[in-house]
Amino acid sequence: MQDDIAIVGFAQAPNVRSTTATTNGVEMLIPVFAEVLAATGLSKRDIEFWCSGSSDYLAGRAFSFVSAVDAIGAFPPINESHVEMDGAWALYEAWVKIRTGEVDTALVYGFGKSSAGDLRRVLALQLDPYLVAPLWPDSVSIAGLQARLGLEAGLWTERDMAAVAARSRADAIGNPAAQLRGIVDVDELLARPYLADPLRAHDCAPITDGAAAVVLAAGDRAREICARPAWITGIEHRIESANLGARDLTGSPSTTAAAKAAGAGGVELAELHAPFTHQEILLRQSLGLGDEVRINPSGGTLCGNPMFAAGLVRIGEAAAAITRGVADRALAHATSGPALQQNLVCVLSGGGHE
Amino acid sequence: MAGRLAAVLGTGQTHHRTKRTDVSMAGLCREAIDRALADAGVPMSDIDAVVLGKAPDLFEGVMMPELYLADALGAPGKPLLRVHTAGSVGGSTANVAASLVQAGVHRRVLAVAFEKQSESNAMWALSIHPPFTVPVGAGAGGYFAPHMRSYIRRSGAPDHIGAIVAVKDRRNGAKNPYAHLRQPDITLESVRASTMLWDPIRYDETCPSSDGACAVVIGDAPVGRPVAWIHATAMRTEPTMFAGRDQVNPQAGRDAAAALWRQAGITNPLAEIDAAEIYVPFSWFEPMWLENLGFADEGQGWKLTEAGETEIGGLLPVNPSGGVLSSNPIGASGMLRFAEAAMQVMGRAGEHQVDGARKALGHAYGGGSQFFAMWVVGADKP
Amino acid sequence: MSRAPLSAPLEVGFDYTRSLGPTLSRFMTALAQRRVLGARGSDGRVHVPPMEYDPVTAEPLTELVEVSPEGTVVSWSWMPQPLAGQPLERPFAWALVRLDGADTPMVHAVDAGSPEVICTGMRVRVRWSPTPGHGIRDIVCFEPLEGAMPTTEPQDRPGEPVTMITTPINLTVQHTVSPGEDVHLRGLAEGRIIGQRCPLCRKVYVPPRGACPTCGVPTGENVELPDHGTVTTFCIVNVPFLGQRITPPYVAAYILLDGADIAFLHLVLGCTPDEVRMGMRVRAHWRPREEWGTTTRNIDHFRPTGEPDAPFESYANHL
Repeated sequence: MQDDIAIVGFAQAPNVRSTTATTNGVEMLIPVFAEVLAATGLSKRDIEFWCSGSSDYLAGRAFSFVSAVDAIGAFPPINESHVEMDGAWALYEAWVKIRTGEVDTALVYGFGKSSAGDLRRVLALQLDPYLVAPLWPDSVSIAGLQARLGLEAGLWTERDMAAVAARSRADAIGNPAAQLRGIVDVDELLARPYLADPLRAHDCAPITDGAAAVVLAAGDRAREICARPAWITGIEHRIESANLGARDLTGSPSTTAAAKAAGAGGVELAELHAPFTHQEILLRQSLGLGDEVRINPSGGTLCGNPMFAAGLVRIGEAAAAITRGVADRALAHATSGPALQQNLVCVLSGGGHE
Repeated sequence: MAGRLAAVLGTGQTHHRTKRTDVSMAGLCREAIDRALADAGVPMSDIDAVVLGKAPDLFEGVMMPELYLADALGAPGKPLLRVHTAGSVGGSTANVAASLVQAGVHRRVLAVAFEKQSESNAMWALSIHPPFTVPVGAGAGGYFAPHMRSYIRRSGAPDHIGAIVAVKDRRNGAKNPYAHLRQPDITLESVRASTMLWDPIRYDETCPSSDGACAVVIGDAPVGRPVAWIHATAMRTEPTMFAGRDQVNPQAGRDAAAALWRQAGITNPLAEIDAAEIYVPFSWFEPMWLENLGFADEGQGWKLTEAGETEIGGLLPVNPSGGVLSSNPIGASGMLRFAEAAMQVMGRAGEHQVDGARKALGHAYGGGSQFFAMWVVGADKP
Repeated sequence: MSRAPLSAPLEVGFDYTRSLGPTLSRFMTALAQRRVLGARGSDGRVHVPPMEYDPVTAEPLTELVEVSPEGTVVSWSWMPQPLAGQPLERPFAWALVRLDGADTPMVHAVDAGSPEVICTGMRVRVRWSPTPGHGIRDIVCFEPLEGAMPTTEPQDRPGEPVTMITTPINLTVQHTVSPGEDVHLRGLAEGRIIGQRCPLCRKVYVPPRGACPTCGVPTGENVELPDHGTVTTFCIVNVPFLGQRITPPYVAAYILLDGADIAFLHLVLGCTPDEVRMGMRVRAHWRPREEWGTTTRNIDHFRPTGEPDAPFESYANHL
């Protein structure tokens, strides 16, 4: 069994409100693959396993992921799999594949063109198809229900939420891929009208088209490819009940459990997949991250939310911080489903497997 | 095989029908899951993780239905993965579940695949045509029928081979209590008299449209009953279309088979495999896949079929369960092949048991014959 | 200067027919009789709406208990501009409502009028649909208890069991073609067939794809192709199906244009189906020029040219 597995490369497409690319991802993926392969000095023939995450419903078509392999140039045939989930779970599948010892390298990608449809309505189709989805509760409204529960329980304030938005946009100034960035004043944000009371526009991630790729490698192969690989010391994910009413929406027990299993203590930096400001606060509380932990130095999902890639981007950003030497131990988190139903935690270290 | 050993501890499937209007999607999945857990002798609480596979979400109109199904799958508090690799997904899902055990991540994993086609209309979902293009109007079989014509031309196979496969699979299906179509009285004459839908494909040579589910429990150690040890798994993908693509005998299938036999230590598949569950939604795919898998040389696969060697009792029984021609819950069809292969080597295939089966193949393909997933299971440890 | 590729909306809609199974059927049958049922879970909690399977033990939940149609708002968010399909067309609140007798709240709409009126803790009750039998939508919404119209009494007579519901799902997706398809479609509008050559493997794709599928790079070089070629293989369509344009039988064939490296599927007409052969030479039959647009419809079908058949070897590598 191979348990020395590291992230050795990461690239992403610019996060934009709308591209002229197709929904099959090819145009966004071609430059991303070229960049990540060039950076790792690998060719597509060196990749022993490919795994992707995307959604047919986002594209509005059955089998939308099928054409994406054209961007690889998948002949001779490739060893490949696909999850109908965020690319972060594709990375999990690739990590498992490397652990079996069958392969030493993997390229993971995720892509989504959210601008093609009405994202708020599309995501309503993730809810119970008999009892909830027929009402079309949209993703922002569901997040609003969660936000108010925490506001009224005293777990966060609207000012706390605006401060998350302001910090994220300021941090994104240093991220050339970010969609939103800049210096904004918290009071100014709070003076703006509600989008879906209690949420204002700044509380919600933008609608984003994008794609990302991460390269994984095992042991010595990782050391050959990258001077400072980001070793995966733990990666775990958990899901919660589909019944929103049966869940404690003010916490994220699945995140807490995944972090515990992944051994998430002592991190200096965390990239959290929080498409809403209150969810960042909620996740910090569930993960027990104190003020000493740097949160979302990339600007996070609030500054760019390429669906089905955004979770993978968090892992890529956390790994890049380690590779650059900015951090020695980092946590990346990805989420899926309504109101943080499913969560993944990946712990990365610059110091090799412990 | 790299990593830890893994074995199928139990399998379960639903009664497959055109419309399972007696259950919800959750109920459909649970029918298969409860049978698999009972067959394995493993309670739901002993499952460490769940992997769900199904074909396009548009078939049921639920985006990522595993999220809604979490409670029915017994997944809250556990890891849940959702695989989607087109028609091969049932097989891929089993392979991913196996890898979770082989990687030493989990000890017991539940893999589930389903399709409830009656929620919509697969023909509709697959024929949503984007602007600027006009469908040629070939329909479902119209995609594959031309490639069968190519196969017939290249191999010189006589045109009754397809009918032979249909008769065999439907008669086998009659021995399978879960099969959708059970036609013990079907004959070569009746198949050849059935309507020609997409020449060269006749009505009786076409799979049905089914609601159904399948589940398997994969673990790292037996729990008292015979198990099916996983000797090898393989997956390969190639693009849907490219210049010079061999659409009759796709390279991805050949590569997957080569990797599979190598991993399983098999040098002569025809001699060493005792039963094969191969994804045959249209009858002519049997000889085509026999060649693609390396059971026969190129152009020779139809001879095994014609000689009756793919019947139960033949040299290589193919689809003793009745196969996709007898039941086709799309997303689950691949896992049914994998589960039926396991049932054969566990000796739990009932009336369609191949006597003395010790090593069996499960095979699935998807898309335009571009996604392949396979496994070899055996009664003995690898 | 690159122009934006062609783009147009694609409507994706279907009325899904959902069979309910025993638990949901009892719940929805009761709704049609203006009663609300919950399911008692393994931990004693009453879940409304009922869950089919327990969130803790995964056991099927079969003990259904009646709860009140009145309850309390546990949380809410305001929907100022309702989206298509939502319960109300005027601004309303989404809410988690815990019905009296239930332990877990349910998601639904509250017709509160304005965000100043609604608050957590507000007492609300069900507004029933005048046309029941549509599952959860038998509850139109909730309304504030204060000032509400007198409630409608439950119907005591047993109605028809509700075993199926129909859920229409309609989405609009903006479809954009790839740069290569864009060139191809604009060429068709001028009566030309334009393919693209891969810069690496030099293969000519028509219509061009987003990338050369074997090299993974865009196929940038335009190649104009003749409108004639060879039938590589085909099938005779005998089956009628939804959306069909031509009465069967007819031929759908893979056609390899001269100079192209990939065949595409199209119709072959102008002869009886049994005359079509592998290797037959065919030419495009264009629709009248005034009907041309940026669409593949411009070529109505292919017809035999009468030339001798192409030898098998000339297209054997395209099967």
